[in-house]
Amino acid sequence: MTTRPEISKAELADQFRTFIDPDYVIIDDETMKPYECDGMSMYCEMPLLVVLPETVAQVQRVMRICHEHGVPVVARGAGTGLSAGAMPNKEGVVLSLAKFNRILDIDPLARTARLQPGVRNLAISEEAAQYGLYYGPDPSSQIACTIGGNVAENSGGVHCLKYGLTVHNILSVEMVTAEGDLVTLGSDGLDNCGMDLLAVMTGSEGLLGVVTEVKVKLLTRPEVARVVMAGFDSVQKAGDAVGGIIAHGIIPGGLEMMDGHAIVAADDFAGAGYPREAKALLLCEVDGTEEEVHEHIAEAEAVFRKLGATSVRTSQSEQERALLWLGRKSAFPAVGRISPDYYCMDGTIPRRHIAQVLTDMQKLSEEFGLRVANVFHAGDGNLHPLILFDANVPGEFERTEAFGAAILKMCVDVGGCITGEHGVGVEKIRQMAVQFNDQELQQFHDLKAAFDPTGILNPGKAVPALKFCQEYRSLEHKQHKHEHTEAAHG
Amino acid sequence: MADISQQLQEQVLQARASGEKLNIVGGGSKTFMGREPSPGAGTLDMSGHTGIVDYHPVELVMTVRAGTPLVDIEAALAEQGQALHFEPPHFGAGSTIGGTLACNLSGPARPWAGSVRDQVLGIRLINGKGEHLRFGGEVMKNVAGYDVSRLQAGALGTLGVITEISLKVMPSPAASLTLVQDMAIDEVLHYMNSRAAEPKPITAACWVDGKVYLRLSGAKTAVEATAEKWSGDVMKDGQAFWRSVQDMQHEFFAEKDAPLWRFSVGSTADNPGLEGDWFIDWAGSQRWFRGAGELSDMETQARAAGGQVNLFRGGDRTGEVMHSQPNALKTIQRRVKSSFDPDGIFNPGRLYSWM
Repeated sequence: MTTRPEISKAELADQFRTFIDPDYVIIDDETMKPYECDGMSMYCEMPLLVVLPETVAQVQRVMRICHEHGVPVVARGAGTGLSAGAMPNKEGVVLSLAKFNRILDIDPLARTARLQPGVRNLAISEEAAQYGLYYGPDPSSQIACTIGGNVAENSGGVHCLKYGLTVHNILSVEMVTAEGDLVTLGSDGLDNCGMDLLAVMTGSEGLLGVVTEVKVKLLTRPEVARVVMAGFDSVQKAGDAVGGIIAHGIIPGGLEMMDGHAIVAADDFAGAGYPREAKALLLCEVDGTEEEVHEHIAEAEAVFRKLGATSVRTSQSEQERALLWLGRKSAFPAVGRISPDYYCMDGTIPRRHIAQVLTDMQKLSEEFGLRVANVFHAGDGNLHPLILFDANVPGEFERTEAFGAAILKMCVDVGGCITGEHGVGVEKIRQMAVQFNDQELQQFHDLKAAFDPTGILNPGKAVPALKFCQEYRSLEHKQHKHEHTEAAHG
Repeated sequence: MADISQQLQEQVLQARASGEKLNIVGGGSKTFMGREPSPGAGTLDMSGHTGIVDYHPVELVMTVRAGTPLVDIEAALAEQGQALHFEPPHFGAGSTIGGTLACNLSGPARPWAGSVRDQVLGIRLINGKGEHLRFGGEVMKNVAGYDVSRLQAGALGTLGVITEISLKVMPSPAASLTLVQDMAIDEVLHYMNSRAAEPKPITAACWVDGKVYLRLSGAKTAVEATAEKWSGDVMKDGQAFWRSVQDMQHEFFAEKDAPLWRFSVGSTADNPGLEGDWFIDWAGSQRWFRGAGELSDMETQARAAGGQVNLFRGGDRTGEVMHSQPNALKTIQRRVKSSFDPDGIFNPGRLYSWM
């Protein structure tokens, strides 16, 4: 889709150097190397050049120049994304917001924080802690990931069922448009006149604008939080227990499930004292006032026991709560220890299909000859299957990708979606054609053009070209027919 | 309980072919909102497009046709001990969920429970090309594609015909009570925000006529323990009071023809120095003002308070009634409009004269 830039790399760099510290206009391969990928390191590309502006006015000038010459721009935060959304464009500029790392203001009474986009997610809560406040969305990468990236991805975390995603926790975003204009979407008020462009911007994966400031809402730290851990001898029973808790009228602060593989790996890694013989484990955190938590914990324990839990344990101290969570939070590195590589998927399904989906996934695992461990934001239906593979075995990554694609299709088939929080990026762009038809995808392209008429912002990501989709669908169709025929013959 | 989406789609295609414009009407309870409906336009009647398409209480998700009255939705939810936590206002028995989303209307619980915009998970929409499209879905976490569902909130139907909506629903609180006490307007913003910053089960906070009202909802023990600690008298008919706030039936709103301004501003911002009567809701984030004035003057006041203003009801509705847009955003919104509705069929001029 991109046309060859009309301006040479040297000319572009020279123009940038007239207003940006020349040390931060990077053109040599060695210094650009760390920018070649984000957290999804299977997808790499070297950019034309990398630029690190220090002021909003500089960002505007970069955008104006790129817009004028049709040079692609890929905005980048900490580069922790898991869908290659920040993978560079080889003919384009990587616009790093790393220098915008200041917390500008915290208002404890209004419970808001004004942030530059490069502020790390966890740093917000650390700074707000002195006022008894914190920032809600807590993606696993929160130590490193930035709020600008969180806006781009509409990041979630483990507390979404009760506290929502990024889109529910921000008041306004200041951004530079593709044409270099500085605009503010949203305000200090809770809603605004006109179209809700803030909602569209949130989760737009860097295709609609470059975030230069974010105002977030802060939440009051609950009086108390306790976690109930329940082991089950089947995934089905654990799935039913999730429904049981919700049906009981309890909205847990966090409700997480792990399968057998993940339980053992996490317990080996963190020594959390998980029931290693269990086939499924639930961690159910209840937060609120002392009285409320007391009431709901007792109810949750009773629900789990009634629905066949083989073990139930409730944290008796903050230390114990932290330990029980440590296992879950280290599940990814823990699984990393039992396999040379792993590939993290991110589909969402209606909760009632959890047992069926996990059973079918196990069948696929056998078909593809690849192990899969599951950690699951059970409260909101967001699955994270971790496919274990070895990149050094020829063909194994391709097989892993095919397995991953089959999992995502399964998610869509039961009424779910291909990505709950990691974004589409490059990685899942083919699967967009499974979830959306051509008219819907065209509407996305038209909407993008309303923000970015010349298509310079993160081209080739998030929404596939229609021609590409037709090819992918017909390929899928052929494969499907082929499998069908084979099955019939077998 | 009928699906007339095909008929709606045909009407859009016909309008497109003949160059007709369409005013989208559900229950007709919100005709007073926005600018005056375009007189030359035909009517696209949503009131026949009703019914609950899918509801699994355990998923906390309901999918409904857009013309379904709120009362029907709330009755179905109540049977399962659930509710729409954003407490949509009913401006009449016919108020529909589609109109509620198009106007982005939420009640007193909004700062804590989120708005209708926050709870919408997916929609189906007929765009100006007559294409019936699906965006979002029925799950809470879904970042595939742009968030077209939430884009509809507050767009007043200018982007297309919302035909189906999937919403997050929540369990009704086990217990609820309201504390009331006298307080002057200049103390109340600090008071409400301080209370909201405490880790207590507060779910509504408003001030009117020299009194501040706080609602506590949740586990019975938690509600009662907090009420013990906080000042104020327990209100006898608290539920009826909040219902009147939600539906704007409170006597503050009684004079229906007088200009009613809605300020959506920072919750702690100083109250605009305007002579007239105020109703402060949402712990300070939503402030109603009854009085005459020019939109541009009101905008200056709203901007100083970090937010925006619109002429919610009454006054001159042939001019602009919404907070103005800076040029760059005007350009983007015009382009967004034509990306969905290239021929400008839907609700012409309802949101802004230029749209």
